[in-house]
Amino acid sequence: MDRKTTENASNGEKKPTSPNADLKMEFSEFWQYSPAPESSDHIELKERYDLFIDGAFVPGKKGRMMKTINPATEEVLAEFTEATSEDVDSAVKAANRAYEKTWSKLSGKDRGKYIFRIARMIQEHAKDLAIIESMDGGKPIRESRDVDIPLAAAYFFYYAGWADKLDYAFPGRKAEPLGVCGQIIPWNFPLLMLSWKIAPALAAGNTVVLKPAETTPLTALKFAEICKDAGLPDGVVNIITGAGPTGAALVDHPDVSKIAFTGSTEVGKIIQKSLAGSDKKFTLELGGKGPNIVFEDASIDQAVEGIINAIFFNQGHVCCAGSRLLVQEGISEKLISKLKQRMETLIVGDPLDKNTDIGAINSRMQYNKIQEYLEVGVQEGATIHQSSCEMPEKGFFCKPTIFTGVGQSNRIVQEEIFGPVLTIQTFRTPEEAVEKANNTPYGLAGGIWTDKGSKIFKVSQQIRSGVVWANTYNKFDPTSPFGGYKESGIGREGGLHGLYPYVRLSANR
Amino acid sequence: MSTNTIPDFNTTVSIDKVGVEERVSRLNKRSIKKESKMQALKLALSMIDLTTLEGKDSEGKVVQLCRKARVPYAPMPELPSVAAICVYPNMVSTAKKALQGTEINVASVATAFPSGMAPLQVKLDDTKYAVEEGADEIDMVISRGEFLKGNYNLIFDEIAAIKDACGDAHLKVILETGELETYENVRKASDIAMYAGADFIKTSTGKISPAATQPVTLVMLEAIRDYYQATGKMIGMKPAGGIRKAKQALQYLVLVKETLGAKWLTPEWFRFGASSLTNDLLMQIVKQETGVYQSSYYFSTD
Repeated sequence: MDRKTTENASNGEKKPTSPNADLKMEFSEFWQYSPAPESSDHIELKERYDLFIDGAFVPGKKGRMMKTINPATEEVLAEFTEATSEDVDSAVKAANRAYEKTWSKLSGKDRGKYIFRIARMIQEHAKDLAIIESMDGGKPIRESRDVDIPLAAAYFFYYAGWADKLDYAFPGRKAEPLGVCGQIIPWNFPLLMLSWKIAPALAAGNTVVLKPAETTPLTALKFAEICKDAGLPDGVVNIITGAGPTGAALVDHPDVSKIAFTGSTEVGKIIQKSLAGSDKKFTLELGGKGPNIVFEDASIDQAVEGIINAIFFNQGHVCCAGSRLLVQEGISEKLISKLKQRMETLIVGDPLDKNTDIGAINSRMQYNKIQEYLEVGVQEGATIHQSSCEMPEKGFFCKPTIFTGVGQSNRIVQEEIFGPVLTIQTFRTPEEAVEKANNTPYGLAGGIWTDKGSKIFKVSQQIRSGVVWANTYNKFDPTSPFGGYKESGIGREGGLHGLYPYVRLSANR
Repeated sequence: MSTNTIPDFNTTVSIDKVGVEERVSRLNKRSIKKESKMQALKLALSMIDLTTLEGKDSEGKVVQLCRKARVPYAPMPELPSVAAICVYPNMVSTAKKALQGTEINVASVATAFPSGMAPLQVKLDDTKYAVEEGADEIDMVISRGEFLKGNYNLIFDEIAAIKDACGDAHLKVILETGELETYENVRKASDIAMYAGADFIKTSTGKISPAATQPVTLVMLEAIRDYYQATGKMIGMKPAGGIRKAKQALQYLVLVKETLGAKWLTPEWFRFGASSLTNDLLMQIVKQETGVYQSSYYFSTD
């Protein structure tokens, strides 16, 4: 028997070691999956995209263009317009006209009809939207096909249902729309975040000006085409593209009644500062450093799978990612060894390949940021472990990474990395787990793994974050509110709670 | 070898049902195309325990099935033969004779298959008879009633006794997972069987519904992996019953590949207990080679 159960300690005594240190499973030999790429030949992208203002694509006033690339190949996919403050102004004006003249005059039932139609059209175009999302953002087609696009449609369907039921949404109160909503969305779930923003806004009777992120503008522009084809009245939805300055112009525009922003805490703080003193409503959905707590009575193999989903979903570009693993010490050795083994079966590569588990990092900037954190981790004295997977030659790719031997004081434990990087700490008592979990300026999401129902309730009530998943992770549903505590944001999106930021409540007349 | 500490079977390894089923559905999304598909189809063919377990089985039927086991599809003689023929004990000598000169094993069900509702001595005699008749592999059933009662030691001892009676024959232990109800029971029965000396663990007799399912198979594969890591000993896996289509077979192979790795992807460590699966695999292989589907009449039914 070749099993190594003991090794000589320094004093010559035998001490037990991990029983299977030398029994590796071989996942890469024999029977490799042949490439199974989703074809993108039929995808029609324009060479250059104008701004979508007042129901039509119009060129920017200054004609400044930006490029969006495929992060997996570094090839340019399309050019798009950088909206200047004049462009933002005309978009807001168009939205205002549409609000005054048409959208606020429509009955809830008629608004719902348009939103339902948009939802159906997203479903009809689901395959193409998924492919574009993967090309533009680098996320694996398995996720854009099975998560992003179906969920985006589901949010539109859900809020379409509220459009004619606003009178019953807030009992005893009348819900009235706000006007023009300025919405700024991130690059990690482009179309899904668009749906979280636009669907409730339209259902409540508002019109919108939305700015997608500068690295992933394509699905929002495709969505503009859908709005056009759906016959949505002109100006109800306006899509302006650009980077930070465009977003700032939108936030600062005096005719905007509400700002909804999803993105980094850093930018969120800037936005909140510039909104100070104005009467604009706002919701901010910002960063996170989600604690994922595994107790020793958890179903261990399923917990390992959950840890993988929590941190490696969408290359870790998830604000609610479970990026801090807290393991009860009795099972930590076993769990980490299982986790390392599971990491070996993750396939990193072409986002369009149906077998890819981890796609491309969204941009060079983000890639550099992650690399920097990997170096910081090593400098801080943590032990780095990466899977031995093959890596594509071109594009921005990062191996799935875990850090063990980290402390609460380390930067890699405190700061949001927004990449496929997990830190692992152990704890002894539930109190210690809760203390470590809450010892962060963030509070967006967390996870608990245990076989014991009472422990789920007891511990989750003590975790200060908007979402706590039990024995699962990264599950979304349109009926469920989502949002942060502390520096993870203000306000909720999803569910009835997500409707509230888009209405003004008054006493029922 | 005897340094293995046997775990306490009264403690339960907790298994999350939702998590297991989610994992399976994610693995089912693996897309097997082109060369990898052809390779897997042939591999699956070579892993089949071609089975006939009916009261009306005749010697003629068994002999004909053995022909098919040797050369599954005459127009393509280069295809692999199946791994074994699986029959009742009184058909073992017939099968053995028909397979002389090949490497195809004869497996026999034993121990009062399929219910196992007989005294230990009867089960031992049943096993010894099959082995004396020439069976290379014994597929035994566990006493599910005793298991559900919590008599884990009895199950363990029974398996160990049958293993003894097997001599050189390989022992496959059928858990009949359709009667165990929970994944945690499946895991526990797997652990008991492996520690008691099983060479293979097998899901089902094929006489109870549900027979093999992918989540049950995943739970058993994970038990095999944990046992391997604890003891260094490889145990084989055999899902049986209900696997009729090539597509299902490929999904099972993905489960094996991503749970246990390449070492288990051989007929020595993984088998399909099936009969109609053979023809669907052949049909898909011919489709891959020629680009068109053949009518089912072109494939022999035995």
